[in-house]
Amino acid sequence: MSSQLEHKVDVELPAAPVTVAQRPVVRWVMLAVGLVVTLALPWFVYPPVAMDIAAWALFAISVDLLLGYTGLLSFGHAAFWGTSAYTTGLIASNLGLPFPVAILGGAIVAMLLAVPIGYLSVKRTGIYFAMVTLAFAQMVYFIANQWRSVTGGENGLQGIPKNLGPLTDTINADSFYFYYAALPIILLGVFIAWRTVNSPFGRVLVAIRDNPARARALGYDVERYKIMAFVLSAGLAGLAGGVFSISHGFASLQELIWTTSGKVVLITVLGGIGTLWGAVVGAALVVTLEDQLASSGFNGIGIVTGAIFVVIVLAFRHGIWGTARNGLNAWLRKRRHARDV
Amino acid sequence: MTAFIQYTLQGLALGGFYALAALGLAVIFGVLGVVNFSHGACFMLGAVGAAVLLDSTGLGFWWALPIMTIAMFLFGVLMERLLVQWLLRLDPLYNFLLTFGLTLLLVDVVKRKYGVSGLPYPLPAGLQGRFTMGSVSLSTYQVFAAVFSIVVCLAVWLVLTKTRVGMIVRASTEDAERSRALGINVSRWVTPVFGFGIALAGLAGVLRAPTGSVNADMGSFFIIILFAVVVIGGLGSILGAVVAGFLVGLVEAYGQGYAGRFSQVFIFMLMALVVLVRPSGLFGREEAAS
Repeated sequence: MSSQLEHKVDVELPAAPVTVAQRPVVRWVMLAVGLVVTLALPWFVYPPVAMDIAAWALFAISVDLLLGYTGLLSFGHAAFWGTSAYTTGLIASNLGLPFPVAILGGAIVAMLLAVPIGYLSVKRTGIYFAMVTLAFAQMVYFIANQWRSVTGGENGLQGIPKNLGPLTDTINADSFYFYYAALPIILLGVFIAWRTVNSPFGRVLVAIRDNPARARALGYDVERYKIMAFVLSAGLAGLAGGVFSISHGFASLQELIWTTSGKVVLITVLGGIGTLWGAVVGAALVVTLEDQLASSGFNGIGIVTGAIFVVIVLAFRHGIWGTARNGLNAWLRKRRHARDV
Repeated sequence: MTAFIQYTLQGLALGGFYALAALGLAVIFGVLGVVNFSHGACFMLGAVGAAVLLDSTGLGFWWALPIMTIAMFLFGVLMERLLVQWLLRLDPLYNFLLTFGLTLLLVDVVKRKYGVSGLPYPLPAGLQGRFTMGSVSLSTYQVFAAVFSIVVCLAVWLVLTKTRVGMIVRASTEDAERSRALGINVSRWVTPVFGFGIALAGLAGVLRAPTGSVNADMGSFFIIILFAVVVIGGLGSILGAVVAGFLVGLVEAYGQGYAGRFSQVFIFMLMALVVLVRPSGLFGREEAAS
């Protein structure tokens, strides 16, 4: 069976840094453009939607860290996003702490939850890993649904406060200011992801993705690395989920259900697996699209997102960012070739 | 003791739905290497189809059984020819994602057309009422559903073990590569097997329709339980799917009976235990080290 699972990944994932990103200039320009767009976003987009885009982007990056750089498709990441959303909400509501502290607490609890789930799930690979993570996430959903005294059951947690010391009134008065107050948390998460994939640890993950047997032969404890990547990824999903619940002021079962796990995978694949930037583009597209559909009163969002998913998987497996990057690389190569001749 | 017998029969009835649908999932995975995420949606389509059939033509349960099974077979054939076949040569994750997208689509199409509240579906004539034996009292339909699904599983088992077609399917499930080398045209069986697997999901759906609410979301949790079933049984294994299906049904029924609210957690704990002790599933073969 395993021979069937390997060697058939169609998406060419960058084993070594690709040509475009190899050029430091390009990299810095991209980073600068990204930062400017991120900072300017709430001027163009309704600020709560901008916050949603940022949170889903980090969530998708956490999935991409596993899928693109470790070769593991987690279909249960809603467990970490949702657990952190609830924990953040509970801390913020009951302890009256500033919201960044609450979010940090949520992320830590998500990571703690990821330890047993990761330990069990990495015993399987490929499609099995996806199914096992999905099932465990569903278990978390069931527990949250039944544990009404803590989670509020179907009502969820409501009235989660935005608390930030002396700035509390400012961020509550206008979601525009809250965006800038919460953005550093998202950027911190993105920075951790970026540092991780460009670190020796990240190279080991890529080695495991490309050839687990060889990584093991080289002396790396493959399962331990996978668990570490899983827990780290859960922490990033937790940061994103915490920001989401503070921003909305509530945490509901919607955050834990498997369609949320599916949506974040859709965003990752749509943007382009193994690109990090793609997750941002995918999040911007999907969140905006859903917002437009919802405000137009169309009550069949799944028809649109489902159809997009089918088309992407059938025809654009590199995703938006991957397709653009491959095109650019091909163009650069052609140009260089022409120059050399 | 009375309660125990009652829960056991409930568990067998519940397990029947799981076993039938998981059998379809396992056969599809065996021959195509596809994990069909839309299996829960196909289960739902079977039930909704039965309800719509009753509403629009007045054809009841006994008609719905064969009609919906055949309709879902054709749906499966269409799905394989139009979508699934293009990704067969790639990593199975792609078909997993494709069928996930299809699930979102199908569920929301049904929701838009028939709403979120359940469609009514009465118990079939002749199977109403209760069945009393000493101090044990069971709904007649539950007994019927349990017996019927066991019979269908046995019939499928006989077809797979005693006929030539079954032998080919089993050989392809075991080792598609080697079957090809031995001159079996595996690709010829891909489409009908996919249709057959979907038909089993649809059949399970029709069977489920009279026992509860028929709505667009009825497959959403069902598919997750199915995944737990095939992980427990071992995904490539046909016997594993059936045994684990009934096992999970029993666990759920006992959990509901004795532990109340947290019953479904036990299913996932069982799955965790199997993954821990025997990662390839109860009846699965060891995978090569990854």
